Amino acid sequence: MLDLKHIPLGAAIGLILTALFLITAIFAPLIAPYGLGEIVGDVWAPMSSQFLLGTDNLGRDLLSRMIYGARTTIFIAVMATALSFSLGAILGFTAAVVGGWLDTGMSRFVDLLMAIPTLIFALVVLSVLPSTLLTLILVMGILDATRVYRLSRAVAVDINVMDFVEAAKLRGEGNGWIIFREILPNALSPLISELGLRFIYAVLFLSALSFLGLGVQPPDADWGGMVKENKDGIVFGIPAALIPAAAIAALAISVNLVADWVLNRTTDLKGGRGNG
Amino acid sequence: MSSPILKLIAQRVALGLLLLLAVSVLIFAGTQILPGDVAQSILGQSATPQALANLREELGLNAPAYVRYFRWLGGVLTGDLGTALSSRQDIATAIGGRLWNTLFLAFWAAIVSIPLAIILGLLAVRYRNGWIDKTISGLALASTSLPEFFVGYLLVYFFAVKWQIFPGISTVYDGMPFLERMKAIALPATALTLVVLAHMMRMTRAAILNVMQSAYIETAELKGLSPFEIIRKHAFPNAIAPVINVVMLNLAFLIVGVVVIEVIFVYPGMGQYLVDHVAKRDVPVVQAVGLIFAAVYIGLNIIADIAAIVANPRLRHPK
Repeated sequence: MLDLKHIPLGAAIGLILTALFLITAIFAPLIAPYGLGEIVGDVWAPMSSQFLLGTDNLGRDLLSRMIYGARTTIFIAVMATALSFSLGAILGFTAAVVGGWLDTGMSRFVDLLMAIPTLIFALVVLSVLPSTLLTLILVMGILDATRVYRLSRAVAVDINVMDFVEAAKLRGEGNGWIIFREILPNALSPLISELGLRFIYAVLFLSALSFLGLGVQPPDADWGGMVKENKDGIVFGIPAALIPAAAIAALAISVNLVADWVLNRTTDLKGGRGNG
Repeated sequence: MSSPILKLIAQRVALGLLLLLAVSVLIFAGTQILPGDVAQSILGQSATPQALANLREELGLNAPAYVRYFRWLGGVLTGDLGTALSSRQDIATAIGGRLWNTLFLAFWAAIVSIPLAIILGLLAVRYRNGWIDKTISGLALASTSLPEFFVGYLLVYFFAVKWQIFPGISTVYDGMPFLERMKAIALPATALTLVVLAHMMRMTRAAILNVMQSAYIETAELKGLSPFEIIRKHAFPNAIAPVINVVMLNLAFLIVGVVVIEVIFVYPGMGQYLVDHVAKRDVPVVQAVGLIFAAVYIGLNIIADIAAIVANPRLRHPK
């Protein structure tokens, strides 16, 4: 089980930071000193005791916007990851269990989708779709499901030939039982460490889209969009755009540290050689 | 060169072309998935019926989707990419110079990052589990988590604004002297290098480590070769194929990275062209540029496959 005393330092830092980000996101309205769209001071005011991180390109408090931005960024990334995981894992397991033309058909289609760089295909699709949160989540989730599909199919193919699955099949259990009762519990540990990586990817992907002006639309704000809003200040030596960018990096690094630790721990459990 | 190699290569190229054809269908379909009407979504809700009818006529939306697809494909194959809706310009002409700019930028980023990644990867393997390896791996882990624009704007903030060494906006024009052009792309090329370097290095390290666990490496160790000799004589030749693969895969990352980096540095390349026209909902441009990006990506993967075949005698003579 989880042995909290033996967490490596890196993973502990990662866990604490991730928890802090989550708490900030959940309790955003309670923590933020000012409102999301409230204009409180001069444009790009420097950091002061009144505005801890200064103000942004319209004179809104940057700290408050960062806190609300955490909410938007994490919410969309979590939803997209949840979608890509449920879709990818269920389809991947089904492909492995059912096999035959269904497996071949789905796998070739996924190969095809993966032959186009994700960002490029997302841009192609977003050029005709309306810019709403739902579209963003759907596009990110479905495109990312291809990666999860690959992994879960590969894992499930191995499990599918084990004796206990064979026994369940001989018992006459249906595909639903095989997928959710036999394969899913045994495939969880590789999938969970992948979950962290997919979440980071979703955060970075969303931020890139918003930075390009194709993700979250104003007046809503996420961190990528805030970089876009404040990027013109860089030329005048105002680092306001670097703060949300650094927050994205910090979130990604801390989740990465946790995912790395989980990955090592699960390979250890399986008799793997840890950091080989 | 024996004939089985040529046959294998021909097979890979044919497969790649087939894949590209399928991708063109997918890209075309990707712009048709809207339940409503493309013309409506381009012009917005307030469009007049006349404007809608005109745009439909111009896009050929009155024909069924498969007819439009073959019309588009026919155009692409004969070098006619259509005209942009927003500017009425011929897309092929607009792309020409930009494609060259993007390739120029990606080329220099690749020239710097590939040798650097391989050397650092080798160092990490040589001093495995030592502080060099730990530092390199830690930095790699951190930099795969960094968004491209963080790296980009950090470079702009320090090199262009604080110390004013390089320009923060990369203006290039035709007939620009080579040195000036290099100065203009210094920051975007550095940013691109940093974006792909970590990943490439990590994968190089993994590829070489994989080879290092083979039995013949143990033999070489036991007969008393020095670690560098082992890597140079036994590990590296066998690691060439996987390393080439790693390099090609990461050049594909370059393609995606280039989109964001070009926007940061206002560099007149393909990526910026794509992003501008996605925002304007200019479907013909997006289709054309998307197809070109996909073609380059698939092309790199084919090259990776072929290089792996040529570098590995076992793949050259399949059983």
